[in-house]
Amino acid sequence: MQKTSDPAELQAIAKQTRRYIIEMITAAKSGHPGGSLSAVEILVTLFFDVMRHDPANPKWPDRDRFILSKGHACPVLYAVMAECGYTPVDQLNTLRKLGSIYQGHPDVRFIPALEASTGSLGEGLSLGIGMALAARLNQSPSRTYVVLGDGEIQEGQVWEAAMFAPYHHLDNLVAIVDYNKIQLDGFVRDILDLEPLTDKWRSFGWNVLEIDGHSIPALQQAFATASSVKGKPTAIIAQTIKGKGVSFMENNPKFHGTAPTDDEAKRALQELA
Amino acid sequence: MTAKPKFELKLGLATREAFGKALVELGRENKDVVVCDADLSKSTYTSLFAKEFPDRFFECGIAEANMTAIGAGLSASGKIAFVSSFSVFSMNKGFEQLRVTAAFPNVNLKVVGTHSGISIGEDGPSQMSIEDLSLACSLPGFTVLSPADEVAMMALVWAAAEHFGPVFIRAGRLKAPIVYQPGQRFEIGKAIQVVEGSDVTLMATGLMLAESIRAAETLEGEGISARVIDLHTVKPLDRDAIAKAASETRAIVVSEEHLVDGGLGVRVAQVVAETSPCAMEFVGIENTYAESGTPEQLLEKYGLVASNVLEAARRVLKRKKPG
Repeated sequence: MQKTSDPAELQAIAKQTRRYIIEMITAAKSGHPGGSLSAVEILVTLFFDVMRHDPANPKWPDRDRFILSKGHACPVLYAVMAECGYTPVDQLNTLRKLGSIYQGHPDVRFIPALEASTGSLGEGLSLGIGMALAARLNQSPSRTYVVLGDGEIQEGQVWEAAMFAPYHHLDNLVAIVDYNKIQLDGFVRDILDLEPLTDKWRSFGWNVLEIDGHSIPALQQAFATASSVKGKPTAIIAQTIKGKGVSFMENNPKFHGTAPTDDEAKRALQELA
Repeated sequence: MTAKPKFELKLGLATREAFGKALVELGRENKDVVVCDADLSKSTYTSLFAKEFPDRFFECGIAEANMTAIGAGLSASGKIAFVSSFSVFSMNKGFEQLRVTAAFPNVNLKVVGTHSGISIGEDGPSQMSIEDLSLACSLPGFTVLSPADEVAMMALVWAAAEHFGPVFIRAGRLKAPIVYQPGQRFEIGKAIQVVEGSDVTLMATGLMLAESIRAAETLEGEGISARVIDLHTVKPLDRDAIAKAASETRAIVVSEEHLVDGGLGVRVAQVVAETSPCAMEFVGIENTYAESGTPEQLLEKYGLVASNVLEAARRVLKRKKPG
């Protein structure tokens, strides 16, 4: 894989990633487009610029770890991993079909290069803590990145984990909240509001950065800051737009968990041309 | 006269204490062993490990779900993580995490639940783990161990560490009668015939093994030859030992300090049904939660002493079909 720090090149990869997401979910006729599209820049910046990893050597002990705790957004992870060379691009459209490595939620039995099987919300940050502790014990430079959904952090276990990581000074751990404001039943603020979200993480002892989660330079800057902060983990509150990049999916709760029709997919791909 | 060994069941360590000691020895041998506890380390005896290996011990506070998944993350990064709490909390509060972060991805996590069963006593039913074997066995890929004494626990902690994959180990609060001689070999999935016998088989796990041995001795005095088998591995069961006992003795009693529903007994019955169907009786807790009391009072009241095994043996012998 070719890594790059050039925002324009990363933006081009992000656009291609969005196209794959639309194509995969359309072919599957089910899946979660909204929360996949909102996390594109976060994952592209991590996998193509920030993280130390090697698709030719996926079990490299000192690699950085990535956990998609909001496992239902796996199309974005599959697209990015395929573009990196971990898995075949030409099988992306087998998503959710019997026998596909691209399972409905991430499954290490099918893709051993995944760091975790996820899908039941609320568990990824704890797993990431375990990996960060192991890295520290091994005196490894490995850093662990966990992407959480906003609805997901309504789960109590997230706050058990949020309490643990700063107490143990896990400065090799970064939690990124994909704050796209929509969950399955509607807008987060109408279901169980998270605000004041930044204050919550800060009061738990995290170094908190609030950024535009679609700005690649902002993401690069935030990950660089996270790496330089010692003694505490970093939480990045990434302000994002659900369905980002496809006009009729943006901020539309319908596209949390509904595949586009063939016609909608065609229009979406035209917008992403 | 038979040449059966006479068992003098002296009290040894509680299996939880044997676990704590074994963990320290294991930690000396294997630097990858790490331990997590949820504010019960003095009771689970992981405090012994914490004292000797503070860098490899993680006190997680009263947050079992988080602890379980942290353990899974440590194991996913190549450590051999033991996560420990009272069994009722490990299994019930951590169950979802055991399912998704350990069982489903086949992570090398070891879960140790102490204070299992009702013999925890005075603390009462909210602390009593009587569903843990059922829950643990329901998880695909999990190995489930239930040692009867300190010798078995020490050996099985090591066996669990050597086995790749998720393991649940059940430990008790009370001092446990010593059944085994030092040096006894234990293999995961291999039952141990503790007493030879041909008329009836008494199978048991955990503290019910000693009660079954006592029952076998009483039966011997009545001229009945009872075989006693320790099912220290509840999953995977030793199908050969069960099938052999079923075909040779044609009468089986299974005893456990656990709900009969979903417990060891029904798992044994499945194997018996699939191999050599025979008369069976079950000694366990019948569809209820217990209460506060001394362990001795509770074991007596809820039917988990030698006399209950004896009565079950007499019932099953009446139902035994001719060979």
